[in-house]
Amino acid sequence: MDNLEQLVQDGLNAVEQADNLQALDHIRVEYLGKKGVITQQAKTLGKLSAEERPAAGQKINEAKGQVEQAINARRADLEKIAIESKLASESIDVTLPGRGQDLGGLHPVTRTLQRIEDIFARAGYSVEQGPEIEDDYHNFEALNIPGHHPARAMHDTFYFDPGTLLRTHTSPVQIRTMEAGKPPFRMICPGRVYRCDSDMTHTPMFHQVEGLLVEKNVSFADLKSTVEEFLRVFFERDLKVRFRPSYFPFTEPSAEVDIEWGREPDGSIKWLEVMGCGMVHPKVFEHCGIDAEEYRGFAFGLGVERLAMLRYGVKDLRMFFENDLRFLRQFR
Amino acid sequence: MKFSEQWLREWVNPSIGSQELMDQITMAGLEVDGFEPVAGDFSGVVVGEVLSVAPHPDADKLRVCQVSDGQQTVQVVCGAPNVRDGLKVPFAVVGAVLPGNFKIKKAKLRGQPSEGMLCSESELALSESHDGLMELPADAPVGQDLAEYLKLNDITIDVDLTPNRSDCLSIRGLAREVGVLNSLLAEAPEIEPVEAVHSEVPDIRVQAPAGCPRYLGRILRNVNLQAETPLWMQEKLRRSGVRSIDAAVDVTNYVLLELGQPMHAFDRDEIVGGIVVRMATAGEKLVLLDGQEVELTSEILVIADHEKPVAIAGVMGGEHSGVGDKTRDLVLESAYFDPITLAGKARQFGLHTDASHRFERGVDYQLARDAMDRATRLLMDIVGGEPGEIVEVVSDEHLPKPRVIDLREQRLASVLGLAIHRTTVEEILSRLGLRVDKLLKDGWRISVPSFRPDISIEEDLIEEVGRIYGYNNLPVTEPTGSLGLRVRDEAVRPLSAIRNFFVAQGYQEAVTYSFVDPKVQQLIDPEREGIALANPISADLSVMRTTLWSGLLKTVAHNQNRQQPRIRLFETGLRFEQTDAGIDQQPMLAGVVVGNQVQENWVNGRRTADFFDVKGELESLFSLLGIEVQFLASQHPAMHPGQTAQLLRDGEHIGWLGTLHPQVQKSLELNGTILMFELFLNSIVTGYVPNFKDVSKFPEVRRDLAIVIGSDVAFAQVKHVARKHAGEHLTALRVFDVYEGDNLGEGNRSLALSLFWQHPERTLNEDEVHSLFTGVIDALKEELGATLRS
Repeated sequence: MDNLEQLVQDGLNAVEQADNLQALDHIRVEYLGKKGVITQQAKTLGKLSAEERPAAGQKINEAKGQVEQAINARRADLEKIAIESKLASESIDVTLPGRGQDLGGLHPVTRTLQRIEDIFARAGYSVEQGPEIEDDYHNFEALNIPGHHPARAMHDTFYFDPGTLLRTHTSPVQIRTMEAGKPPFRMICPGRVYRCDSDMTHTPMFHQVEGLLVEKNVSFADLKSTVEEFLRVFFERDLKVRFRPSYFPFTEPSAEVDIEWGREPDGSIKWLEVMGCGMVHPKVFEHCGIDAEEYRGFAFGLGVERLAMLRYGVKDLRMFFENDLRFLRQFR
Repeated sequence: MKFSEQWLREWVNPSIGSQELMDQITMAGLEVDGFEPVAGDFSGVVVGEVLSVAPHPDADKLRVCQVSDGQQTVQVVCGAPNVRDGLKVPFAVVGAVLPGNFKIKKAKLRGQPSEGMLCSESELALSESHDGLMELPADAPVGQDLAEYLKLNDITIDVDLTPNRSDCLSIRGLAREVGVLNSLLAEAPEIEPVEAVHSEVPDIRVQAPAGCPRYLGRILRNVNLQAETPLWMQEKLRRSGVRSIDAAVDVTNYVLLELGQPMHAFDRDEIVGGIVVRMATAGEKLVLLDGQEVELTSEILVIADHEKPVAIAGVMGGEHSGVGDKTRDLVLESAYFDPITLAGKARQFGLHTDASHRFERGVDYQLARDAMDRATRLLMDIVGGEPGEIVEVVSDEHLPKPRVIDLREQRLASVLGLAIHRTTVEEILSRLGLRVDKLLKDGWRISVPSFRPDISIEEDLIEEVGRIYGYNNLPVTEPTGSLGLRVRDEAVRPLSAIRNFFVAQGYQEAVTYSFVDPKVQQLIDPEREGIALANPISADLSVMRTTLWSGLLKTVAHNQNRQQPRIRLFETGLRFEQTDAGIDQQPMLAGVVVGNQVQENWVNGRRTADFFDVKGELESLFSLLGIEVQFLASQHPAMHPGQTAQLLRDGEHIGWLGTLHPQVQKSLELNGTILMFELFLNSIVTGYVPNFKDVSKFPEVRRDLAIVIGSDVAFAQVKHVARKHAGEHLTALRVFDVYEGDNLGEGNRSLALSLFWQHPERTLNEDEVHSLFTGVIDALKEELGATLRS
């Protein structure tokens, strides 16, 4: 039995020295396999008496267990080393830039339009669209701007022929929507509009959003709150808003809306005109077949580029339509 | 309209400063655009008198003058041609500072000492005029501070009036408004009828009473038009932005500014027979005061004599009948012309005059006689003359009718959102010059004065009350009302989802003009003609786009010229086409791609984007939208003949994808391979609402095959044939290799396909799959001439 102890010792030494999983497996077969040297010790049991056999058997089992345990422990170690070395070889420079498609971006006008639409959509306004080549009736007549009206001169209209033009505002969409439906209405009409004018502060095409609310009981006071709230939500600031009497043929009373935008050199508030608004003119209702005694409405309109310029600090209106990538990329 | 603050304050003088006054009228709806001082910033300038003038010994153009500043007499060297003995002039004494911080010091000019400077108007920034010294009236008190003498502590206020407020196109109207705002009464100058001193009257016939419901004429004989317009009048005109011409013109301009009545003066000797107000005969010609000869049409209202037109009514007088130095007798005109008759007429001749501006917006139709008397009196004070009787031709039938409007208290409150106290309402309206004729049970009956043509309905009155009460004093309330839920079709994808898709694919959104250069568009879309604008802003923005590519390709050029080699752009918007049924305005989605497919990176990324990159992106879009689209090889005049696909959905054309034709690319001066697509938005946005089907629990079977087939056979055909024979349980067909090589023989290529089958309710057995698979192979052989690749 001295031999057994020696075998165990040899086995343990071999396990200790095994430096890879394959070598370890060889050792397992050599000592513990069917023909392994320790397994073979069981054959000596036959020569022993029945009394001696259990003790000797147990000893052999213990020897097997001892070596097996050592092998398992060594295997775990070797596996761990193998994984670690594999992981070490797989290490990468995580600071290198990623690959793939870089992101594009929305045009700042779209970005601004979407914000405006979102704000009004939450208050139940629908978004309405209409043609950009309009007829004189929807762009002017129905909005209480007859042919001889001096307000036509305010519009610098692009014409195709005397009755066909590029819409000068998105108000005709309101007319078309009212013609097609029944009050009450809550809508905004965003889109391209055109004026025959081009200089530092005018482009021949720009974008407007016009809003309209028609209900049985709505007043100028309601208009004020809608406009004020919109401006505060849009600019995310509690800015001062003032309403200045003005004139639009399609609203009455009419107002221009100024917001507080910094200070004048003398310390007084610097006011900036940002919107126009008013109560829907009875003539407009009449053109759309709505009873102005039963329904009242308010309308407002704003220039999208103007708000985008204020919001994002763009200085030159014309940049919106040059589509220079170095400009556009700033609005992702 | 520009006016002098001082002039306004002669009529109404609230105890508020200039800024407050301007804020006040701005907030009343008369928007102040700006203001400027009526003179430059100077000091030390007094009324001087030239006592003597002697030639300069060493300079031909200079004179040596002795000038009194009221206390002493000093020598001043002056080069102005109009310097003369006894002239009163602005005199900048030594120590004076002129505009531009120009300091006056003792000096020697060509050896002669000069103490001070005699000034022109431009040197004092009073006007642009620098033709000589400013001449002051003979009675100007020598030594008085010039700024004090000329009352230069004044500003010119520029108010941008909305077209409805014609009543404020005069000092009279502005003063009325300021009076209302400050609870003051505006004081008008006394206007007395001028008595005739002779019986000569003009012969006036109004043949077009609708256009001219009222016409007044008067003869003023023996005037002296060489008489100088008094300085006070010149100054008021100057401060209102009007140049002094001669006494007759100055007085009519003065009355226009003061009362708002445009007037005209004719030289009586040039009027043959008498005055006829009529519509012009087509083809008649008239040389206007500005020298231009115009050809008239039958829509133009003219003032004529018995032979020819002498003025375009309410716009501009003729040159021939205009007054001049030698005019002896005047015919003065003061009339009311109908706004609608005059609307747009001045513009037809490229004109916009102070008169046409007012008549088009509506002049007070009761004002003509007062204005006539006012002008006559002012003229007589300057040029003398003998006035005759006024001849007035009036057609009551064509004059505006006096308007009476009821204002309901309830309506007022509900529109403004506030019940304003009755007495406040009455006070506001009556201060505005409206007559609160009768108190009704639930409101008021209001008579509108002739100077407010803009007030014709109840809303106009409500606006007036709100405006004067102050919009900012009205309450702020949240709108109430039913908020019904809105239907939205789930199958329709919002435009924002499409936009966001392209943004995620690296596209930058562009917004380009809807009108484009016809030459560029002709190259890109030669088969369609863009609808042309009648009045384009420029030739390169003169036709409506028939395709969004016109703007996008121009944007590519813009960016390529700015060192941007990699460009991916998309745009949505309308394109315009003239069809038999009218103008078709279609929402489109278009894109252009040039340069590397992905941004160059450290592994590769230098691969130029090609057709299949963009096609792959579009396919992703279509699966996002839930639609099936076929790509059909096709031809487009702007695209590469071998790299163009027409896109079809259920057989309907929905757009194009392809490579820009190299020839077109060259003509547009663009670089690189340019891929472009354009789709009809309305044809792609509607997909489907998902409808769940059971997920099969049974295994999927895959079979691969490689075929050699003619290169002219489109993959779409292969797919079509394979699908047709693969049975109903084919779940997918993919191509995983495309190869062309010499070993396949010329005109051939190899396609490697994998087919996937799955049965919803059971496992497909080997025999079934095999038979379907061989069926596909046989069909490809028979129908398309394919062979199996060994």
